[in-house]
Amino acid sequence: MSLDLARRPAHRSRSVPPPSAGPRRRGRPNFPAGIAATVWLLIVAVPVYFVVITGFRSQDQYIEQGPLDLPTSPTLDNFTSLFDLGFTRFLTNSLVVAFGTVALVLAVALPAAYAIVRNPSRSVRSMFNVFLLGLAVPAQAVIVPIYLIITRLQLYDTLLAIILPTAAFSLPIAIVVLTSTLRDIPGELYEAMTVDGATPARVFGRLVLPLSRPGLVSVGIFVGLGAWNGFLFPLVLTQSQDQRVLPLGLWNFQSQYGTNVPGLMAAVVLSALPVLALYLFGRRHLLSGLAAGFGK
Amino acid sequence: MTTSKAAARPGIIWAAPAVLFFAAFGILPVFAVVYLSFTKWNGLGDPVWTGLSNWAALADDSELFNGIGKTLLLTVVSWVGQTPLALLIGVWAAGTQRSRAVLSTLFFLPLLLSTAAISVTFVSLLDPNFGLAADYGKYLGVPDGNFLGSPEKALYVIAFVIAWQFVPFHTLLYQSATRQIPVSLYEAAQLDGATGVRQFFSITLPQLRNTIIASSVLILVGSLTYFEMILLMTNGGPGTATRVLPLHMYIKGFVGFDMGYASVLAVVLVTLGTALSVVVVRLTGYHRMTSDREGA
Repeated sequence: MSLDLARRPAHRSRSVPPPSAGPRRRGRPNFPAGIAATVWLLIVAVPVYFVVITGFRSQDQYIEQGPLDLPTSPTLDNFTSLFDLGFTRFLTNSLVVAFGTVALVLAVALPAAYAIVRNPSRSVRSMFNVFLLGLAVPAQAVIVPIYLIITRLQLYDTLLAIILPTAAFSLPIAIVVLTSTLRDIPGELYEAMTVDGATPARVFGRLVLPLSRPGLVSVGIFVGLGAWNGFLFPLVLTQSQDQRVLPLGLWNFQSQYGTNVPGLMAAVVLSALPVLALYLFGRRHLLSGLAAGFGK
Repeated sequence: MTTSKAAARPGIIWAAPAVLFFAAFGILPVFAVVYLSFTKWNGLGDPVWTGLSNWAALADDSELFNGIGKTLLLTVVSWVGQTPLALLIGVWAAGTQRSRAVLSTLFFLPLLLSTAAISVTFVSLLDPNFGLAADYGKYLGVPDGNFLGSPEKALYVIAFVIAWQFVPFHTLLYQSATRQIPVSLYEAAQLDGATGVRQFFSITLPQLRNTIIASSVLILVGSLTYFEMILLMTNGGPGTATRVLPLHMYIKGFVGFDMGYASVLAVVLVTLGTALSVVVVRLTGYHRMTSDREGA
């Protein structure tokens, strides 16, 4: 906390030097970076703008007008027709997958992080190393055996078939982030409770759970985002329209009604809306969680 | 004292659910994929042991060298394109001016979108008849606007869209790492009269060394296994122009139902990825540096 406060004013003086620092200090390293940033900003903004305005355009207008013109008579028809195409179901399925994955990951990752931080034994340390190694296993490379395991468990074409592997592949990063959150809890707090004779379960409930809330929020947002956007596991592990999640719904929409671009873009908007809401609400948590997980 | 302390430590049982769960869906598949590479399995029924026949089939796979070549090309183009861009923008976005904070929010937008949403958006944007490509392709030297339909260009277009998706993530890594560089280093350099460019090359770049390595490993290993976007955008075409090795694996396994051979390709991919990250880490001395820090 105090470190943060101490850093901030000094930091600002580095990036926004006072006039006395002179022009030499100011622009040069930032100049090429500023150009790159501006160009990239356009590259990011144009497709996003295209998606949004096209979603509100009628199909006739899409063919007649230029792709970047503002729609002359915006319409919500594209969004309402999505519901006839089953998107309500896809939306619900995606919500179930995202919340199910987050709940499962947090429920097993926090106790594990607690043991890793507070139990110095060799076996617990080696478990942590297993998770660190697990960060490097790409899901694509093991998709065939995962398909085998899911079919053997009789889970093929269920939402649980998506949740289980998605949660497992989110576990390493969740444990890394939560471990670093728990390490920030001062040891004296644990010891004070121990002296009072608290059991590990009590320490967990009274100390670990409340103090790890920022880490839990970061991990929850990050894992939920991954589950919401995941494509590979739903693609390989589900089949029927009833179990379809939004990303698969988008793909299916494109292959079935490829010429209806406004409808497709409305579907893209719909699939991104909950995430955007979450982003506005928890941007700091999401970005700091991402940075904490990978930056170290 | 010591006994009561030991009693209050969380036992290994706290980590057991996470470890068992991860073992089932993260570790077991790594071994299972090696086993499956020695079997014949069409996705139904049971895998049948066939020894080395899948491995021998590698020699007859006419797509193999094309796949390896495309994968390596995509990996190199992704690394060369994304690293300098993310580095520049990340350093730039590390500043604390309000404008940068607002722009950063936009930069990170692609992080929120699913691969499926990004892919269908760009397929629509790049449609040579109605998309943006039809109207503006001529300014980029592609008068017919046919970006994805051209065997020479398709892979580079894919690399561009992959960059669109992932540059924000790497930017985030560089941004948070840049913010951790001690301000005193810049102040000292300023006293010595170092120019901004000099400061960037003498302070910022060396201080970001670990981040550059970490981000590079993520890009390299990621490019080796990522195929969802290619499946969605070109399905490996036109012809086999974008049929990278992981997509080849997916098609063999889940379209051709030759799971045994797909497992061979998966093992090849994991081996390539591990070898590549070990080489990068060894060459750069990253491993030695982090273990030094841990020991200190």
